[in-house]
Amino acid sequence: METPTNLQYTSNDEWILVEDDLGTIGITDYAQDQLSDIVFVEIVAFEGDELGQGETVAIVESVKAAADIYMPVSGTVVEINEELADQPEVVNEDPYGAAWLLKIELSDPGELDDLLDAEAYQNLERDH
Amino acid sequence: MTKSNVQPTIFELSAPGRKGVQFPKSDVPTADLPKDFLREELPLPELSEHEVIRHFTNLSQLNHSVDNGFYPLGSCTMKYNPKINEETARLPGFAQIHPLQPAITVQGALGLMYETQKWLGEISGFDAVTLQPAAGAHGELTGVLIIRAYHRARGDEKRVKMLVPDSAHGTNPASSSMSGLEMVELPSDERGNVDLEALKAECDDTLAGLMITNPNTLGLFDENIHEVCQLVHEAGGLVYGDGANMNALLGIHRPGDSGIDVMHFNLHKTFSTPHGGGGPGSGPVGVTAELAEFLPFPQVAMTKEETEETLPFYDLITPKQSIGRVKAFHGHFGMVVRAFTYMLTLGKNGLRAVSEYAVLNANYLQALVKDTYHIPHERLCMHEFVAQGHWEDAPGIRALDISKRLMDFGFHPPTNYFPLIIPEALMIEPTETETKDTLDAFAETLLKIAEEARTDPEKLHNAPHRTPFGRLDEVKAAKELILRTQLPEGYGED
Amino acid sequence: MYIPHTNAEREAMLETIGQENLEDLFQCLPKDGRFPDLALPHGITEMEALDELQYIASANETTQELSSFLGAGAYNHYIPAAVDSLLRRGEFYTAYTPYQPEISQGTLQTIFEYQSLIAALTGMDISNASHYDGATAVAEAVNMAYHTFRGRRQKVILSPALHPHYRETVHTYMEGAPLEIVGEDLDPKAGPEELRPLLDKNTAVVIVQYPDFFGRIFDYAALGEAAHEVGALLAVHVNPLALGLLKPPSEFDADIVTGEGQPLGIPLAYGGPYLGIFATKQKYVRKMAGRLAGETVDDRGQRGYTLTLNTREQHIRRERATSNICTNQGLIVLASTIYMSLLGKHGLRQVAELNYHKAHYAAEKINTVPGYMVNPVQSFFNEFVVHCPRPAEEVNKHLLAHDILGGYELSKDYPELENELLVAITEMNTRSEIDYLIHVLLEE
Repeated sequence: METPTNLQYTSNDEWILVEDDLGTIGITDYAQDQLSDIVFVEIVAFEGDELGQGETVAIVESVKAAADIYMPVSGTVVEINEELADQPEVVNEDPYGAAWLLKIELSDPGELDDLLDAEAYQNLERDH
Repeated sequence: MTKSNVQPTIFELSAPGRKGVQFPKSDVPTADLPKDFLREELPLPELSEHEVIRHFTNLSQLNHSVDNGFYPLGSCTMKYNPKINEETARLPGFAQIHPLQPAITVQGALGLMYETQKWLGEISGFDAVTLQPAAGAHGELTGVLIIRAYHRARGDEKRVKMLVPDSAHGTNPASSSMSGLEMVELPSDERGNVDLEALKAECDDTLAGLMITNPNTLGLFDENIHEVCQLVHEAGGLVYGDGANMNALLGIHRPGDSGIDVMHFNLHKTFSTPHGGGGPGSGPVGVTAELAEFLPFPQVAMTKEETEETLPFYDLITPKQSIGRVKAFHGHFGMVVRAFTYMLTLGKNGLRAVSEYAVLNANYLQALVKDTYHIPHERLCMHEFVAQGHWEDAPGIRALDISKRLMDFGFHPPTNYFPLIIPEALMIEPTETETKDTLDAFAETLLKIAEEARTDPEKLHNAPHRTPFGRLDEVKAAKELILRTQLPEGYGED
Repeated sequence: MYIPHTNAEREAMLETIGQENLEDLFQCLPKDGRFPDLALPHGITEMEALDELQYIASANETTQELSSFLGAGAYNHYIPAAVDSLLRRGEFYTAYTPYQPEISQGTLQTIFEYQSLIAALTGMDISNASHYDGATAVAEAVNMAYHTFRGRRQKVILSPALHPHYRETVHTYMEGAPLEIVGEDLDPKAGPEELRPLLDKNTAVVIVQYPDFFGRIFDYAALGEAAHEVGALLAVHVNPLALGLLKPPSEFDADIVTGEGQPLGIPLAYGGPYLGIFATKQKYVRKMAGRLAGETVDDRGQRGYTLTLNTREQHIRRERATSNICTNQGLIVLASTIYMSLLGKHGLRQVAELNYHKAHYAAEKINTVPGYMVNPVQSFFNEFVVHCPRPAEEVNKHLLAHDILGGYELSKDYPELENELLVAITEMNTRSEIDYLIHVLLEE
């Protein structure tokens, strides 16, 4: 399972790439593998939404499960990935690249301290 | 595979001008039709009666059913559905009465409902029973709303926490959140009972109640049921019983006696009304005397007792603090007639035998397969048990593969992947109406499949082979979402 | 009686388990109250049971014995013999939910055909595999609308001419949600234009009935437009049989169509089981509760069907599911699918017209009886309100004394309508039966 070291993670399997004040958010390789074939991605946040850490931004569905995706940190949505609606399988194929879900402008970079680095994420205890 | 089992749809079978039924010509003068409201096209198919009969007969033959084979689907109680129930439900006196007829013209129906309420109450130890809910999940919603209303009527509005064990059916958490309560999950202990320490930690003054399935979905009777109910009661909460597994308890144990306050029944499980391919169900709810005034309306009551000269009189009433109406009219009456026929036929001795033999069959089957399939909680089970469909020396095989392979031998698979707390669960419920020979054949097949898992895993991965259809592509279905027949342009125009 | 075990088999099975007798199997249950002596009679034979049930049934007066003019949400229609003949196939009625599609294609294709028929009849994009009945379908429509806006819109408008049972059910279902339900206290005799001022940016959905509870036909296009202007949804509850004649609610740009499917070949059966129709636009497919069958292929390349979008449902979503619905009305779905297949486009139109013409004949005749009045201007389908010269309850008593099951007394739900009787006419009412009704009304 891939876990790039330039990203930060949540225990709920989201990743965030931070470049200056801009954060790009997606779900991890582990998450897509657990969900298996993804059939639907719905981004429920809109550009301009100011959202707090932990608020729901997207729903990713496979035939056997539906996962709610939450904001890893607070911020304002500046761009959403419209392509995923038509090509949900991209989440399986390229979770850290083409399958980014949304970009945000961080409002409280201090919250990044709550997140995990790649090593800590890999060492999370899993039920299965 | 050369023969195709694909059936054309009724839309594809249609030919313009065919009719399946004729109605008499109008015997009244023709009125002007409301021309602003007339529809221009009605794109429905056109078939003869014979085509309709043949089409649906052919379709029926693609189904596995209780009438044509063993159906050990855990938690669903796929027992035999007696034919007499179908006859009684169709008697004109039951099938051809309108739900809004005056009570005086439907004393038979009301009396039957009243008796059914009494029978169910006596069997389960509850003081009052409503027949309103249309299905088990609907009964749960009703029961949880009753619990909520009870606390509110006492001005206890902070009680919003509903505890649900991790082994529960998905409807339990969904029902509590639908009722505006907050669900908190409780773990199970190593014997499959509710973890008492975890329960104690949650018992505070925000507790609305606990939803418990007993026997639980592992097929185990909670050995601490009295203590569980006591803890919840001491904290001011109420206990909801999911009666999905009542088939283990008829004439054996009354949930009302062990401290359950509210419970739903599934007439389509325990009381032999047919599952109908997914419904209609029926989910009556029993409550303690204290909760009777919260039941949904209408409720059937005997408003005049029998005297030497007159028969009793039955009517519909509204309980004082009723949670309201949960559906139109009064429950799934047709299902109530079937269940009443069943109870009347069996009587108290027959009802007890149902549970004794349901439990006998489950334990027998468990004994036959337990050396081959891991049973995570091995003790005497009730009417069902959970085995694991996974072996370390056959890593590629999952419960799903075993299930699909079972179909090749004419068996319906057990419930898969439930309860969620057991990985690769196979939940097996044989019911009391199956013979020892059937159970032997099923066990033998399970052992044979376990062997195949090591010697020929591909055979399992590709199963089923002998059914009319192979594995369906669920990813394609969910992605393309074809939810109706695609009609050609101009279909339905004359 | 339905237990097949011989004594020898039972003993052999107990030995395999390692227990002495049947009672030992229950040793983990509390001793207290184990094997209660139930205060119930002993079992009886099938022959005796049938006799007993026939006796109970005979205490009911049926719509066969009485002349029935009772509707109000359940209608006495003709059911072709082929419907019940197919329903009695054990392969259909003793199967369960088609979770294993390889051996459930009969049920799955039936659901798919049902969804197709309902979509065609209502004019909507998609239909689910049904809810319990018309009332719960309406409650699910409110629930869906509420969740579509993620709880941010907290007002629901219910027409006062929506079936009272449905409105009551909505209140029960939505008790736990912070919703304001308005519109019910408007004048029930008014039309949909009265609902428009209630619409605002906080409105999730406005729900009307077509034909409405009083049998009237209104055009809801303007209401739909006004609802959409403020971003709210329009839900229309239908009598599906009327859609054999009337234009579908899709022409009002309805977002949700619910219906009571009982007129489509389902016996009255004292109120159930019936059929809750639920259809919507494609864009709301993931917001809709209830089962859905979708077309796909199997691994041999055969076209087949499977339950799909299961991730919306309670068994996967658990407490995050918006509805706890589990079953659908499987067998009733089958009955209505057979009924619609038999009637087809011409049959459904014919039976709808028969209802229409007979109802209009009856209304015109009733208007000639002194003291009785039916509004002659208002369009209606097969049901209408009769204003009586005295309380409707008294009129009904008089009719029943002449073996006529009169209409529905509207005062039961609308106390101010004491003299109003809701009368339904179907293809089952012959002209002579209607004339007899007039004769009895004249006689009092």
